[in-house]
Amino acid sequence: MNILIKNGHVVDPANKVDEKLDILISGNRIAGIGKPGSIGSEGAQVMDASGKVVVPGLIDMHVHLREPGYEYKENIATGTAAAKAGGFTSLCCMPNTNPVNDTGSVTEFILSQAAKSGSARVYPVGAVTKGSKGEELAEMGELHGSGCVAVSDDGRPVMNGAIMRRAMEYSKIFGIPVLSHCEDANLSAKGVMNEGALSTELGLRGIPSAAEDSMTARDIFLAELTGCRLHLCHVSTKGAVALIREAKARGLAVTAETCPHYFTLTDEAVRGYNTMAKMNPPLRTAEDVQAIKEGLRDGTIDVIATDHAPHGMDEKTVEFEYAPFGIVGLETALGLSLRLVQEGVLSLTDLVRKMSLNPAVILKINRGTLSSGAEADITIIDPDLEWTVDAAVFKSRSRNTPFDGWKLKGRAVQTIMGGRV
Amino acid sequence: MSLSSKDLLGIKGMSPEEIRLVLDTAASFKDVSERDIKKVPALRGKTVINLFYEPSTRTRTSFELAGKRLSADVLNISTTTSSVVKGETLLDTARNIEAMKCDVLILRHPCSGAPAFLASRLKSSVINAGDGFHEHPTQALLDLFTIREKLGTIEGRTVAIVGDIAHSRVARSNIYGLTALGARVRVCGPATMIPYGIEQSGVEVFYDADRAVDGVDVIMTLRLQLERQAAGLFPGVREYARLYGLNRDRLSRAGKNAMVMHPGPMNRGVEISSDVADSSSVILDQVTNGVAVRMAIMFLLSGGAKAEAS
Amino acid sequence: MTMNEKALILDKSGIDRALTRISHEILEKNRGAKSIALVGIQKGGVHLAGRLAAKIREIEGVDIPVGSLDITMYRDDLGTRKSQPVPKATDISFDVQDRVIVLVDDVLFTGRTIRAALNSIMDYGRPMRIQLAVLVDRGHRELPIRADFVGKNLPTSSKEKVKVLLAEDGEEEKVVILAE
Repeated sequence: MNILIKNGHVVDPANKVDEKLDILISGNRIAGIGKPGSIGSEGAQVMDASGKVVVPGLIDMHVHLREPGYEYKENIATGTAAAKAGGFTSLCCMPNTNPVNDTGSVTEFILSQAAKSGSARVYPVGAVTKGSKGEELAEMGELHGSGCVAVSDDGRPVMNGAIMRRAMEYSKIFGIPVLSHCEDANLSAKGVMNEGALSTELGLRGIPSAAEDSMTARDIFLAELTGCRLHLCHVSTKGAVALIREAKARGLAVTAETCPHYFTLTDEAVRGYNTMAKMNPPLRTAEDVQAIKEGLRDGTIDVIATDHAPHGMDEKTVEFEYAPFGIVGLETALGLSLRLVQEGVLSLTDLVRKMSLNPAVILKINRGTLSSGAEADITIIDPDLEWTVDAAVFKSRSRNTPFDGWKLKGRAVQTIMGGRV
Repeated sequence: MSLSSKDLLGIKGMSPEEIRLVLDTAASFKDVSERDIKKVPALRGKTVINLFYEPSTRTRTSFELAGKRLSADVLNISTTTSSVVKGETLLDTARNIEAMKCDVLILRHPCSGAPAFLASRLKSSVINAGDGFHEHPTQALLDLFTIREKLGTIEGRTVAIVGDIAHSRVARSNIYGLTALGARVRVCGPATMIPYGIEQSGVEVFYDADRAVDGVDVIMTLRLQLERQAAGLFPGVREYARLYGLNRDRLSRAGKNAMVMHPGPMNRGVEISSDVADSSSVILDQVTNGVAVRMAIMFLLSGGAKAEAS
Repeated sequence: MTMNEKALILDKSGIDRALTRISHEILEKNRGAKSIALVGIQKGGVHLAGRLAAKIREIEGVDIPVGSLDITMYRDDLGTRKSQPVPKATDISFDVQDRVIVLVDDVLFTGRTIRAALNSIMDYGRPMRIQLAVLVDRGHRELPIRADFVGKNLPTSSKEKVKVLLAEDGEEEKVVILAE
């Protein structure tokens, strides 16, 4: 079946396209793209995209799908449904499941579940070390062979520098990036929020920026030593942005992501012991938020990912110290990121680059473009649609968001994966 | 005038007028404890529950006596459930207690914010009896009461708080209370125990104890948690006592007749020498006043303020 | 709702005459001043107790103990009021044991304050006898309580208010009825 998307404002950074065009989808592929009215539409379902923005399907390279092991928080069906609702056609799922995705069989299980019930493409990320314990390397060859596109010990930073060095070297065999959660666990210790005047006031143990900065520096130097492709996850500090900027200036193969909450909220959101504002790395200061925006603007930060981390409401409705880190993000990420366009921090093209093309390039997956002949993963965004975040209607199984009730402008109105609406 | 909240969660957020109301009310209740019959019927028929997730003899006893002297029925629940043990959640425990019709819930908890967490979800008045490193409001109120009783005024006085400021809820509550009532506050301790940004609460920071106590009207020494040594916060008790312990010599640098306070329990010979503790301190007055202040708080919270809040 | 002065009940000299008479009655009833102590109920009764003591000194030439009593902690309406009353000073610096305690208040109305005062004073010891002196008895009792010494019996409507203004509080001295 053919679909003609008419009169949409097409933004496709890979092809330097930023104009009103029609796109014809034939089967699962893009069959043609051209000036409005230039493509014949006989027998095609016509989708009027006037006033809408048509972009390559969004890619979230940092998601916790929780399956296997924590299906009460999320599973592959609900997580990918949330992705689709949020405009994402592809996502990477982190390996901190139970069991940890440190063997090919777990990877294959995830992929088979995704094939059965997935509403989005799932690209598993394998563990760096066995059980993510930070001791022995996981069998990256098997993981890569089974479909893992990267390795990471997200959530459990590899504290031993020697292990990290070997992991980076070993990953080069397969040409896959190491996604690093930069945190010196000794410095962050039992911290539960950003260390600052507010943590002092609230009497909560702080996580200093230095815990992230120092580990970012270590990993950048290790990337230089090993020549590994290093991708830094969920950057939250001014210091880390500066280190990455400097590393890029030196020509290192370092890329970085941040998440909507790090350019939207500060640690003030924790006030009142709000467990919905508890995540790791923690929400930082206004100065850090400014630095993150500047890093996005000047290209230091390549990717906007969600770090979608579903948790049950019972787990979050406890004392702040006991609540788990993390918030869901798939269904709010685009709306929050569009604020950067509205504020003039990013052009629409840059936003699409960070939410689709760049992740595809980093992960070496053949997506993130609207080229003729490419698989038809397309997101249609209504940039003017004003809506209110209502966690109660999330497709995700979890509702742990600090943005419930927020009024946002712009959201995905149509997510097309492989030509399927 | 009455308190603006149904709960007492911290000194921060209380107006100077509210603090003075508590102190004035406490003065009347102090008289009750001086009588042969140390009981008034003000809270007759009310149920007060002490819910303690941390061991504490002094504070729990003080609250218990305060409740009993107000004729309330007082119950103690002590639990040492840690976060690791998957027991009943705090909220479930509290809801069960409330279902038994408790009017005032007094909570001591190792997690900062636990009283605030319950207060927003329960109809009962919640009194914070110490939460994590956050606040210990009744301790600060009894300290303020004691200073006012001994020195007449708080405004314009200089108070040095010496010890582990970072991990002290007593220090935080006293900083807020003292500055609200117009005192100048100095905090002093090893740099490892001075929390980030504390100067933003209007205090002066010292690392040198001799300079910190110079000319002050009041010295509050804090209990040193000896287990902090393992976390690298101080190298050893001997050096701590030498640098920060309050002894005769150091006390002589303070103002004439300076008051010495300690929230207890003391590590004698560590943060305070025995001769200072036994001869120059008002530590036992603090304990006496603690009951009066807690009676005042329970009395004020179980009255009209609660009806307005619901 | 503003209350206006409806009637003047006693002026300065009327109050003084009433207190003089009550002083004599107290002495007469108790056959002298021996073992008597006056306890003024906060806040209206405190000044009156002081004045009665002065008059008794004039008449008998003896100083009798005077105390003040705050009944806040003994009220029966705590928790149902809009805001919690702030207790005032209670000062009973003599032993009440085996004394005749004369409670003094300005206005006797429902009797609830006196009930609270009775309970309160008992917590200080066991008096031999407790008597009650009031400047005005305005009726409308809700408890079986009566005064031993009354300055003025005053029939009122329950909607009215009786106000005793005293020089000690910087007021022009008088007893008035206020009504809407």
